[in-house]
Amino acid sequence: MKIHWDIFMAFFRVGMLGYGGGPASIPLIQKEVVGKYKWMSDEEFGDILAMGNTLPGPIATKLAGYIGYRVRGLWGMINAVLATTVPTIILMIVLLRSLSSIKDFDWVQGMTAAVIPVVGVMLAVLTWQFIDKAVGGMGWLQTGIMSIFIFILLQFMNVHPGIVIAALLIIALLKKDTSKKEKDTGSKEGDPS
Amino acid sequence: MTTYWEIFVAFFIPGILGYGGGPASIPLVENEVVDRYGWMTVQEFSEVLALSNSLPGPIATKMAGYIGYEVGGVLGSFIGVFAAVAPSLIIMILLLGFLLKYKDSPKVKRLTLYIRPVIAILLGVMAWRFFQESYVDIGIWQTALIAVASYLLMERLKFHPAFVIIGAFVYGGFFL
Repeated sequence: MKIHWDIFMAFFRVGMLGYGGGPASIPLIQKEVVGKYKWMSDEEFGDILAMGNTLPGPIATKLAGYIGYRVRGLWGMINAVLATTVPTIILMIVLLRSLSSIKDFDWVQGMTAAVIPVVGVMLAVLTWQFIDKAVGGMGWLQTGIMSIFIFILLQFMNVHPGIVIAALLIIALLKKDTSKKEKDTGSKEGDPS
Repeated sequence: MTTYWEIFVAFFIPGILGYGGGPASIPLVENEVVDRYGWMTVQEFSEVLALSNSLPGPIATKMAGYIGYEVGGVLGSFIGVFAAVAPSLIIMILLLGFLLKYKDSPKVKRLTLYIRPVIAILLGVMAWRFFQESYVDIGIWQTALIAVASYLLMERLKFHPAFVIIGAFVYGGFFL
């Protein structure tokens, strides 16, 4: 029972202190899991993080779930995922509900109107981060050509992003790693984050 | 019943395609929630996103939990979070040993790399739509003022987004 309490507290703290979404909580998870409770070594954590980054989906819950599973099996996994997600979801629901109950006041409409450009800036910054990482991995030229092509597919031909992503995953897996040279540059430039 | 199935699909797709962690799944969630199922307007989605960004914790599950709750109550919330979390977590647990062997393989690295431009385009288009919406709503000068100020505060002066959002609330409450 003690260990379940530890798992819950470790990931509850991570969830409540991880400002800035999943990626912001990675160092917090490491602090709890490696530093405080010593459930695994730094190296193991690094490996798990590397794999978590390669797989799709939210990173914080992937790490929490996997580590919970390693420590205490299926229930450890469920415990860790709930501790990471539930508190902040409840906060969201309560805050947004109270916001929408006063929605018709003029000043509230002003508030929500002012938030839209802020979110626009956040998204623009995220856009830039993804472009920057892509350029770091495959250079300006390839990133540029791919981006234009993808833009046309998504915006003008209305292809579902899922289909574009699935097609790119297949290309990534099928593409041959011909020369030794390509392998070397690939692993050097490949961005591990 | 259909609703629960739709909630599942709406968050399963971003969960399984969102390479690059939670933030990568934002435009994919928007695609399902606003464009496909019409559960929310762009304006409502932006409020959810703004609040998700200023509260702690993983962003993808916060949105899944909240939108699931709005559409289908507590069970809907649970289904949304489950759909967002379970697929990638199950893959992780089942394949970790296997994947660790190949983690330096160029193929595995390319998986994440090739997806980045797609996510960038989706995020960029979303940012554009937010600015456009704001331009229609409060005009170009207010939009530019708030955008430039929030950029400087967040990116240059490294203010926490939560404070910038609160600042925008105060400004909007008084001046808009």
